Amino acid sequence: MKIISLDPRIARLSDLPEESETVIVEHEEGWITFEVFHQKKKGTRHTHVGIVHAPNAEMAIVFAKESFARRGPTTNLWVVKSEDVVATDYDDSDIFDTTPDKQYREAGFYKTRNKIDLLKDSEAHE
Amino acid sequence: MSNPEYTNAVKEFLYKMADDQLIIGHRNSEWTGIGPILEEDIAFGSIAQDKVGHAYNIYQLLHEMGEADPDTIAFQRDEKDFKCCHLVELPIGEYDFSLVRHFLFDHAELLRFEMLSNSSFEPLANLAKKFKGEIKYHVFHANTWIKQLMNGTEESKARIQSSFNSVFPIAFSIFEKSPLEDVLISEGVFEGEEILTNKWLETIRTIVNSCGVKLPDVPDKSIGYGGRKGYHTEYLNPLLLEMTEVLRSEPGAEW
Repeated sequence: MKIISLDPRIARLSDLPEESETVIVEHEEGWITFEVFHQKKKGTRHTHVGIVHAPNAEMAIVFAKESFARRGPTTNLWVVKSEDVVATDYDDSDIFDTTPDKQYREAGFYKTRNKIDLLKDSEAHE
Repeated sequence: MSNPEYTNAVKEFLYKMADDQLIIGHRNSEWTGIGPILEEDIAFGSIAQDKVGHAYNIYQLLHEMGEADPDTIAFQRDEKDFKCCHLVELPIGEYDFSLVRHFLFDHAELLRFEMLSNSSFEPLANLAKKFKGEIKYHVFHANTWIKQLMNGTEESKARIQSSFNSVFPIAFSIFEKSPLEDVLISEGVFEGEEILTNKWLETIRTIVNSCGVKLPDVPDKSIGYGGRKGYHTEYLNPLLLEMTEVLRSEPGAEW
């Protein structure tokens, strides 16, 4: 056998199938990827903090606890299968671009401060 | 309450509990870097650190009662002065062995500290309340793994069952009474190892039955006894030598 490299990471590459062979990974053949959401305090929002791989949700909670809740305050964790997340397509990210000439769609467009101050003044003088 | 027999009984009791925590903590930390998968490596190491932390807290309490400081207690005692049980001394073996030991030990811990949260010895009751969350998680971790592996392959089931067969009898060494236990019971410090053993058996029976593990017969209770009197397995001394190796290389060094 020809030695390609003494580095095991490179030597292992020679064991990979030919490019023409397609490797098909069946559903849940490997471990499942879970998205992890972390909540600092009850009542506040959960924040996405990363992912874990686990064979099921219960193990995912164990791993998420160690990976994301070991330091700093935590009151609750969610794990959600990544495949259950519905996402937009990056190719369509132009749908979020808005043309700048519609200031009436933005709160800053409305000069309400003066009106509020006027109202407060008038109430104060009543 | 300040009679010497009472104080000795409490100290003896604190020593045996803290020594269990320190030694199991050290043992489980031996998995660091070689755990079965990355997240579990972190989890087991983290649980081991919790145990060492519990030992530290109890040694600190002993220090407040006039014993040496926690570092001296942990690192500079002779083997015969350790009061840990034989279960925690055994080498880590394969992962199934370490997991089953963790399962059996931590269920006993959870119940023990639940009982101690009502102890008449207030500093201990406070510690028990402080440890509650961590031990609850340790038990959750152990239950999850046992359940997972008992729902796995033929090999995983066989290995868990085989570890139960070998570890379960030695687990009774946890419940070896400390010599002055009668004083603890009469003073309301602790309800006693016998009550704890029965609670433990009831709890783990329910869980292992639901997972399909066949629990071996309850052994003659003298198996694995001696630890509470300072008689240990051949495995404790090498562990102590390893644990104190750096300290002994430069005694009195400032860190």
